[in-house]
Amino acid sequence: MYALLFEKPIVELEKKLEELRHVSADQALDVSGEIERIQKKIEQSRREIYENLTPWQKVQVSRHPMRPYPLDHIRRMTTGFLELHGDRDYADDRAIIGGFAMLDGRSVMIIGTQKGRDTKSNLECNFGCPYPEGYRKALRLMKLAAKFKMPIITLVDTPGAFPGIESEERHIAEAIAVNLREMFTLPVPFISVITGEGGSGGALGMAVCNRLLIMEHAYYSVISPEGCAAILWKDRAYANQAADALRLTAKDLIQFKLADEVVPEPVGGAHTNYDAAAEALKQKILKHLAALDKLSPQQLLEDRYRKFRAMGPFKEPEPESRRRFRRKKS
Amino acid sequence: MFPFFRKKSSTLTARKRDVPDGLWTKCPSCSELVYRKQMHRDHGICAKCGFHFPIGAAERIEMLLENKSFEEWDAGLESVDSLEFTGTSSYVSKLESNMKKTGRKDAVICGRGRIGEHAVALAVMDFDFLAASMGAVVGEKITRLIERATAERLPVVIVCASGGARMYEGLFSLMQMAKTSGALARHAAAGLPYIPVLTHPTTAGVMASFATLGDVIVAEPDALIGFAGPRVIKETTQQDLPDGFQKSEFLLKHGLLDMVVNRKELKSTLIQLLDYFRPHRQGEAKAS
Ligand SMILES: [Zn+2]
Repeated sequence: MYALLFEKPIVELEKKLEELRHVSADQALDVSGEIERIQKKIEQSRREIYENLTPWQKVQVSRHPMRPYPLDHIRRMTTGFLELHGDRDYADDRAIIGGFAMLDGRSVMIIGTQKGRDTKSNLECNFGCPYPEGYRKALRLMKLAAKFKMPIITLVDTPGAFPGIESEERHIAEAIAVNLREMFTLPVPFISVITGEGGSGGALGMAVCNRLLIMEHAYYSVISPEGCAAILWKDRAYANQAADALRLTAKDLIQFKLADEVVPEPVGGAHTNYDAAAEALKQKILKHLAALDKLSPQQLLEDRYRKFRAMGPFKEPEPESRRRFRRKKS
Repeated sequence: MFPFFRKKSSTLTARKRDVPDGLWTKCPSCSELVYRKQMHRDHGICAKCGFHFPIGAAERIEMLLENKSFEEWDAGLESVDSLEFTGTSSYVSKLESNMKKTGRKDAVICGRGRIGEHAVALAVMDFDFLAASMGAVVGEKITRLIERATAERLPVVIVCASGGARMYEGLFSLMQMAKTSGALARHAAAGLPYIPVLTHPTTAGVMASFATLGDVIVAEPDALIGFAGPRVIKETTQQDLPDGFQKSEFLLKHGLLDMVVNRKELKSTLIQLLDYFRPHRQGEAKAS
């Protein structure tokens, strides 16, 4: 199995465990005590490593080739997923998938970005980097959901919108901008989850929501750590430092009130247990959906507007009028 | 935020740096020596070849608005280092040096003024301030401008230029794209007109938010306009970029822009557009 560099201690323990099992099978020795001891150690080591991941290590976990992608979650969380295709204009972008699904007995519109597991599927979905038609398809499906009063759930795991000639020729910036504006006008509950990579405008273009959730080892950033390092340090190798500086982890986003809740992952990351990861995700979505059900369509729009309106700290001198008022009073 | 406009070899920086000193400056397009005072009178346009030099935000306001009609809004807003950004140099020192350089607190000037007889809410982005990157202050000022325009029933005109989102403010800067777009949704719902004017260069996060949400999108000639930087695209795709890629004329041809307007005609074009948007004009047509 694919292991990340910092998982080396776990890998070594696992190797030892394997050897021990061979020994016990070959020589009919009872090493069950020893096996149990190593298993405990693996568990402990995994917990320690995953509780203390640096931001850059989290970025690597979020990009783990075995990380569950939106379709993996959708298949586990919902039933009757009925995929809908195309933007009715240019193409069906495979980097964004979406359709109707049943979630805990109710119909929802669920839309996600999608990466591939091998070369073939990655070519098909462009490594999870949508083209303009992907965003236009997503908006078409969101509007469809609004028309039939279905909640919208978006699952985001993308390095970013695709930076290519065709993207520019078909106006990727405009496609994202229109999504940003239009998502403010959909009077249904809207929940977004960053499940892996939250790559800049390409992620935001699907996530103007009432509740933003982020998985424990996912990240959400204005620029990739490598991109930031290339600009500031003139060297992509400084991605580690850039990841620290950007404050892009789930914990940071909660601290800054940019995300509403973290979805816990199984020990060792979502890739170690797809079912448990999807179940945790489902429970959080249901919880927030229940809260949003209490809001009227107008309140949902106002809630969404207020949410983003409040983002971004700055300093402001006291307005002249208020200062004068205070002087008079004293 | 993309580094492409910092490259020494690019004409973009060359343009900017050649202008400030001396009485004369060399046109990067036709190499003609241009007398700076004359160029100022010509709104920064080379008399020989029509090349558009970048002009400052103050000059832009002077050029577009009626004399003394400008009332600035929210000039006091100042950026904060909310991330305590740890990079090669501190964000605070960057802000300080840019404030000193421009005499302004951040990268956009907002307010109300008159273009011809039309009262408008106007924002002009200042590329001299940290490449007019959008952080919380730019996002907040633009959002307030749009909200106030909605309340006072004013058209919005935004002269855009930007290197993109302001990296030093992390995800806060990304969220300004949503914030400004949300305000535009309400402005549009109120039936009010919005005209972005894209100048050299308008890119990335600004491009993927308010710059492309106009009822009519106007651009100056030969401006670099795009989402991803040309170098990023080249590195990612390993493809040669087509001639004139991401230039105004290219985007007109590919259907993004309504028009490419020479700076000399920008004000009269805006007046003409605002005339068409005037509500009573529609009323008159019905009545007569
Ligand atoms: Zn010239």
